[in-house]
Amino acid sequence: MTGETLYPRLEPLLAQVQKPIQYVGGELNAQVKAWEDVAVHWALMYPDAYEVGLPNQGLMILYEVLNERPDALAERTYAVWPDLAALMREAGVGQFTVDSHRAVRDFDLLGVSFATELGYTNLLEALDLAGVPLHAADRDESHPVVVAGGHAAFNPEPIADFVDCAVLGDGEQVVGDVTDVVKAWKQQGRPGGRVELLARLARVDGVYVPRFYAVSYRPDGAIAAVTRSRDDVPARVGKRTVMDLDEWPYPKQPLVPLAESVHERMSVEIFRGCTRGCRFCQAGMITRPVRERTITGIGSMVDAGLKATGYEEVGLLSLSSADHSEIGQLATELADRYEGTNTGLSLPSTRVDAFNVTLANELSRNGRRSGLTFAPEGGSERIRRVINKTVSKDDLVRTVTTAYANGWRQVKLYFMCGLPTETDEDVLEIAELAVDVIRAGREASGSKDVRCTVSIGGFVPKPHTPFQWAAQASAETIDHRLRVLRQAINADRRIGRSIGLRYHDGKPGVVEGLLSRGDRRVGRVIERVWREGGRFDGWSEHFSYERWTAAAAQELPPLGVDLDWFTTRERTQDEVLPWDHLDSGLDKEWLWDDWQEALSEEEVADCRWTPCYDCGVCPTNGTEIQIGPTGRSLLPLTVV
Amino acid sequence: MARQPEGPPPPPTVQKLRLRYTKRGPLRFASHRDLARALERALRRAQVPMAFSAGFSPHPKISYVGAAPTGAASEAEYVEIGLAQARDPDAVRAALDAALPPGIDVVECVEAAEGGGSLADRIDAATWRVELPGVEPADLGAAVEALLARAEVTVAKRTKNGPRDIDARAAVASASAGGTAGCAILTVVVRQVTPSVRPDDVLAALTAVADLRPPLPPRAVREAQGRLDDSGTVADPLGPDRAARARCQGERATV
Repeated sequence: MTGETLYPRLEPLLAQVQKPIQYVGGELNAQVKAWEDVAVHWALMYPDAYEVGLPNQGLMILYEVLNERPDALAERTYAVWPDLAALMREAGVGQFTVDSHRAVRDFDLLGVSFATELGYTNLLEALDLAGVPLHAADRDESHPVVVAGGHAAFNPEPIADFVDCAVLGDGEQVVGDVTDVVKAWKQQGRPGGRVELLARLARVDGVYVPRFYAVSYRPDGAIAAVTRSRDDVPARVGKRTVMDLDEWPYPKQPLVPLAESVHERMSVEIFRGCTRGCRFCQAGMITRPVRERTITGIGSMVDAGLKATGYEEVGLLSLSSADHSEIGQLATELADRYEGTNTGLSLPSTRVDAFNVTLANELSRNGRRSGLTFAPEGGSERIRRVINKTVSKDDLVRTVTTAYANGWRQVKLYFMCGLPTETDEDVLEIAELAVDVIRAGREASGSKDVRCTVSIGGFVPKPHTPFQWAAQASAETIDHRLRVLRQAINADRRIGRSIGLRYHDGKPGVVEGLLSRGDRRVGRVIERVWREGGRFDGWSEHFSYERWTAAAAQELPPLGVDLDWFTTRERTQDEVLPWDHLDSGLDKEWLWDDWQEALSEEEVADCRWTPCYDCGVCPTNGTEIQIGPTGRSLLPLTVV
Repeated sequence: MARQPEGPPPPPTVQKLRLRYTKRGPLRFASHRDLARALERALRRAQVPMAFSAGFSPHPKISYVGAAPTGAASEAEYVEIGLAQARDPDAVRAALDAALPPGIDVVECVEAAEGGGSLADRIDAATWRVELPGVEPADLGAAVEALLARAEVTVAKRTKNGPRDIDARAAVASASAGGTAGCAILTVVVRQVTPSVRPDDVLAALTAVADLRPPLPPRAVREAQGRLDDSGTVADPLGPDRAARARCQGERATV
């Protein structure tokens, strides 16, 4: 029977695998609805391990939004580790949801949220385990419609053969529209089969159906054109934007797992979008414009969420939380409200700014004062101008010194290397900076017990950013720069022992680069890697660079391109980019001009503070930035 | 001198409650750490006024006693919690049970009697019931007999530091076979020893002495924990607290 539970067959397998709790569901606030009671069934997947996927806000939001509809249900599924996958294949148990252990194969839709491209092989593994044909073209109307979402869906071309559609932008409203279309098609007796359903979906704002767009190539390997094959689908697909976040206070009932997860706290998204204009940052570019949740909206989400979860820490999430127009008041009033309750409040990594130390002091009033994280991203002032994240070295040292003087003992600094125009000297400045930070910190705190951790990884150029045309640095370049940086930090042991260096080598970044800016030809590489055992590519113990380069060397040259062509090659202005027909709202000319300004080390202003419509998002989408202050304040909670 | 947080120290423990809870259904796959996290969060949701330790990272006062292994179900897990304000044990039981996921059910809550000794001191053995699908009761019976006839049976136990040989026989206080055709049931009383002997180890011993090889994964349930008395029964570890409370209520009634 469709929708039947697989649990009795799964249970004997669970006794034989690592961390079986991740497969049994039963999380606090999980929802189980009867299969027959609803018209449309969604399986929502985060294509990574449960411990990473469960805390994902996007999936949690859609899970609740869909389950609130009386005519739909949503259940969750995560990537299965190889130990269980092998047993499932042996026993003939398919990919299942954790809520009711129903077969993913039975659902109408499989929505997959891609925060990173390194989840693509896990998509193929899940489809194969589910018994769903890998290629969209081989599916019939009995198979789920495979929908990709998340930031990586802004260039879904590398997985175009494997997904039926991709959804661009905010998911809250579009999942409802998709549900309506599927429901109507089913109720009408599935007219026109799968193709008709996909054609109807392609007419939903924000939904891209790759099969209705043909790609042709030029002799030099570049794309000649992307043309639609039906005239009832849009020539360019736009993104969805949710306005008024206060109307979407999700998740209202955050999921709390029994198993350990990567975020042992609840999160409240305090605004969406970012206009800082950091040129490397895809999230900041594709989520424009800025839309703030109000202080009162945030206050009630924090209150309701804590009551619903029992968590003792709340993260105030966004791309640059200190930029919220009411952040100072919010920090003070939340700290007042939870005084004496052992409730911790935190901001994720912040910009380098003394104000952020004041904020962090306020937020940590009720909890620990352990570590502060800043993200200067670029090692030298010059490179910080290139990436448009301008902060002077003096400001940086002053900010960090303030933190140490306020009792913080550990400061984490995030950097990237391999940025456009970067030289060894830019990266070596990180070492000088860290040494200055420790010297100043020892002086300010009067203690040798201060630490600074430098965390650094290779930069990967992303679609829909000014750096989408840039040549990616090779793995050798990245590894060389990391090596000289390590040597420089260790040069003076008396200081160097207070500095920790955490880094990722350059190889995974090359693969991420191939998948980020790849086109449909890259799909063959993904499929070969998966066939040869590639899974969990975001995990160093599973990732194999050799498997990826070997697959690329076999699949790409016959098509006239290679790995370097997709990664270390700089693109020209006239090149058709694989994602040009997908509209993030950003004007391509504005992006190009910003790229040119980056090369000449010019900065650009933030439209949050200076009116500007240059990037094109607001006029294209009919949106406006939404910011406060509202003038309201948080009332004390009534004692229950 | 170690740094101390500013402000007054946390309020002291005024009441200790002892709970028996279960691990049923799919939640038998929860590890001890999973259960500990779930319990701490449930205590917050149920607004139980916990006492906290002092220091920069205050922790609620919770002491766990011998957690059942991951994959094993249990009807008898025990924990003691310290409260900063006294509460009615029955109300705490109900509130906490409602705040925990189904399968982790709080079945008893009693106030610890003063001077009655620690909960851990009242537990030195456990009764296990192990279902063995695909095994015939007669085969299990023969294997149990062979095991009991031996003075020592060495099995390899997986530990953090690699495999280690342990004696699985000495810890077995009693064992018997039962069940129905196609699914034998082993009932075994195991003493608490170090390194611990778990149902898996007893099954490994049955394989060693009688080549008993269950074709399907066995399902173990811990049915009771407590002090093993001379008659071979496992005594209820909350018994003394319950008796003290009854006595105390009795005295009150006579005043």
